[in-house]
Amino acid sequence: MVSPILELTNINKSFGHVHANKNINLTINKGTIHGIIGENGAGKSTLMSIVFGLYQANSGTIKVNGKEINLRSPKDSIINGIGMVHQHFMLVENFTVLENIILGFEGELVFGKNLEKAKKDLKDLCDTYKLNIDLNSTISDLSVGFRQRVEILKSLYRGAEILILDEPTGVLTPQEVDELFKILRSLKEEGKTIVLITHKLIEIMDLTSEVSVMRQGEMVGHTKTENTNKEQLAEMMVGRSVLLRLDKSEVKAGEVLFKVKNLTVKDDLDVTRVKNVDLEIRSGEILGLAGVTGNGQTELLEALSGIRKVESGEIYLEGKKVSDSQNFLDPRELKDKGLAHVPEDRQRMGLVTDFKAYENLIFGYHDQQPFSKSSVLNHRDIISHSKKIMEEYDVRPQSPNLITSNFSGGNQQKIILSRELNENPKVLLVGQPTRGVDIGAIEFIHQRLIDMRDRGAAILLVSVELDEVLSLSDRIVVMFDGKIVGEKDNKNVTDRELGLLMAGVV
Amino acid sequence: MEFLSDIASLINSTLRISTPLVFAAMAGIFAERSGVIDFSLEGKMLMAAFVAAVGSYFLGNPWLGLLLAIIACVSLSMLHGFASVTYKGDQVVSCVAINILIIGLTTALAAAWFGQAGLTPTLNEDQRFLEVNLPFAESLRDVTIIGTIYSDILSGHYIFVYLAYLSVPLVFWVVFKTSFGLRLRAVGENPSAVDTAGINVFAMRYKALAINGVLIAFAGAHLSTAVNANFFREMSAGRGYLALAAMIFGKWHPKTALIACLLFGFTDALQIRLQGVELPAIGEIPVQLIQALPYILTVVLLAGFVGKAIAPNAIGQPYIKER
Repeated sequence: MVSPILELTNINKSFGHVHANKNINLTINKGTIHGIIGENGAGKSTLMSIVFGLYQANSGTIKVNGKEINLRSPKDSIINGIGMVHQHFMLVENFTVLENIILGFEGELVFGKNLEKAKKDLKDLCDTYKLNIDLNSTISDLSVGFRQRVEILKSLYRGAEILILDEPTGVLTPQEVDELFKILRSLKEEGKTIVLITHKLIEIMDLTSEVSVMRQGEMVGHTKTENTNKEQLAEMMVGRSVLLRLDKSEVKAGEVLFKVKNLTVKDDLDVTRVKNVDLEIRSGEILGLAGVTGNGQTELLEALSGIRKVESGEIYLEGKKVSDSQNFLDPRELKDKGLAHVPEDRQRMGLVTDFKAYENLIFGYHDQQPFSKSSVLNHRDIISHSKKIMEEYDVRPQSPNLITSNFSGGNQQKIILSRELNENPKVLLVGQPTRGVDIGAIEFIHQRLIDMRDRGAAILLVSVELDEVLSLSDRIVVMFDGKIVGEKDNKNVTDRELGLLMAGVV
Repeated sequence: MEFLSDIASLINSTLRISTPLVFAAMAGIFAERSGVIDFSLEGKMLMAAFVAAVGSYFLGNPWLGLLLAIIACVSLSMLHGFASVTYKGDQVVSCVAINILIIGLTTALAAAWFGQAGLTPTLNEDQRFLEVNLPFAESLRDVTIIGTIYSDILSGHYIFVYLAYLSVPLVFWVVFKTSFGLRLRAVGENPSAVDTAGINVFAMRYKALAINGVLIAFAGAHLSTAVNANFFREMSAGRGYLALAAMIFGKWHPKTALIACLLFGFTDALQIRLQGVELPAIGEIPVQLIQALPYILTVVLLAGFVGKAIAPNAIGQPYIKER
């Protein structure tokens, strides 16, 4: 007999003018893995932050085990057996695992008896769920996968019966995802209830027994996972039917347009992040660069686009050397030679988010005709150009005068993409093109990249989303610890193989 | 023998001169470990010196003066917290405002109450702290080495000197061996982690600031009711900033901050000693140059000699929960 452990009734929450949760009703049954799926900005994280007591709902009731509770702070939730693993881990990096876990639950003023007891209890928990964590290691020395386990252990130690995980797989390798799912299944077997927030359909199908779908702040459906499929869920999420697989023509690779020889790059702290990298991209092909975040992709992209100094090695554009450690072209000069760059961190490097959309739409090209004449901006032409391009790239809302930060992630990305693609570059460097972008916009952005490739551009796609690399690329290279550790033709490679390369195992 | 007594008196003055720096550095550790920048150590020290001197003068008891100084400094810390924790203002701006306010306020109040701009009346023996002679200090004086260390270096200081050096292990213990210390360090590194552990971030920062206010009050009272017998204008003379530098040099750690304070105190003691002294081959060093020594040392030390000082991760950032 299933019994509800968590019941939400008519939850409402607004941030300023944004109505993030509208009359949400949700029932979670004890001992199940319940998926909550929705696009970015659908209100999933907000809803769960309310359940965890981090935000307070404007109205509505929350019941745990049939008893109505009042959540004023995370303390109230923890007392009621609710734990949450946040997307960005809530860990103090220079503390040990033990210190992080006991924080707030020390049970004594001066460390002594309780600390010893905590160590013992934690060891037992680690053994029960095979977490394999050394309590004395410092968080900053742990991999992302292990940090996540620390978060899970922390919740369990604090007595969580309901464990909420917010986008837990975003930063993990496929192998780490397997490990996580194993842990979650064993938690379920021990009678814990798990709420999994995700936008990845495959995880829902893999792991959950029930699923709820959110769209634009509303709960649009509940179903048992066995009664649905990916296509149906995607349609519920987006509100229209979506193409999950890309139609892509056979690759027609031409001459080498972009070449990197023996490139080494250091970061700001003088650590070598890119080590002797060789790359070749031909006209009409997309080269995918896969890898776990922080393995040198960022520094590589920055060096290739002229933002970061090259330590040694050479970069060639259309056969001509453009950069080595002595002479290098700056981003502007590279742009003039036909290289466009869609940076990884769009809000930091791609846009001035406080500026209006039309300003961001012409940045980098603002001193060219017809946008400016003798150093004076031509407002009318800029606006008309912006309107045209916003329509072409389906940027919503289509108002060039709106401040850029008011656009959603997907639409901000379209603004950058339209700006860079409009000049028909010969070489395109793209970093994380769909990070934080909703499914509908992902489809659009992917299609545009394919179009560019079909028109003969050489494209370097850097992404930590393995699915994205697999569906777009013609060839795939994997980066680990600053080195290219493998190159595969996309026709005969599985995500398992890539995962092993990404983890540096092979 | 004269050399030995020179050394003894140099160490003796080092301990005395370092005292306000030690209190201020410990106060700074509490604020900054909790994630709140405290540039206002200087202003608070000045305020404490003024309030302690005026309080003792009117109430006839230096302890009551100290108590009032503590109340004043805790209030200023709360003001800083109100502006920069609750209302999420810029922490440096809030500190600068406090510093400027106190310079003007103390000068103006002294003028209004005592008719002399920035000067309070001299305190008599009952109204100030006196030097404490440790037991047997006189009888042990003639014993070689031990006598020098005990009677000439350790004995005969103001109570604040002893309290300052006792505060260091105490601060270490609180910061690293208690659950309060764990929460304090966590709130300066990652306030979100503290919030999700069910602890009130704002309350933690206010508690840290309250302790900060108590400690800095001792530094000010030391200046105006112990080593001096009155308050005079800007008598803190940059010690608050020097202590802040010592704390950074000491990497926000009580033990290393103590060493830095002693180093600054030593250069200061040395410069007093060196004034007018003829050095072989060099001759007499200009006073101005010698007086600049502690500050030159600060710049040299902070400019990379000690390696990268890693501040608490969340320092200077107001905690904002709802986006």
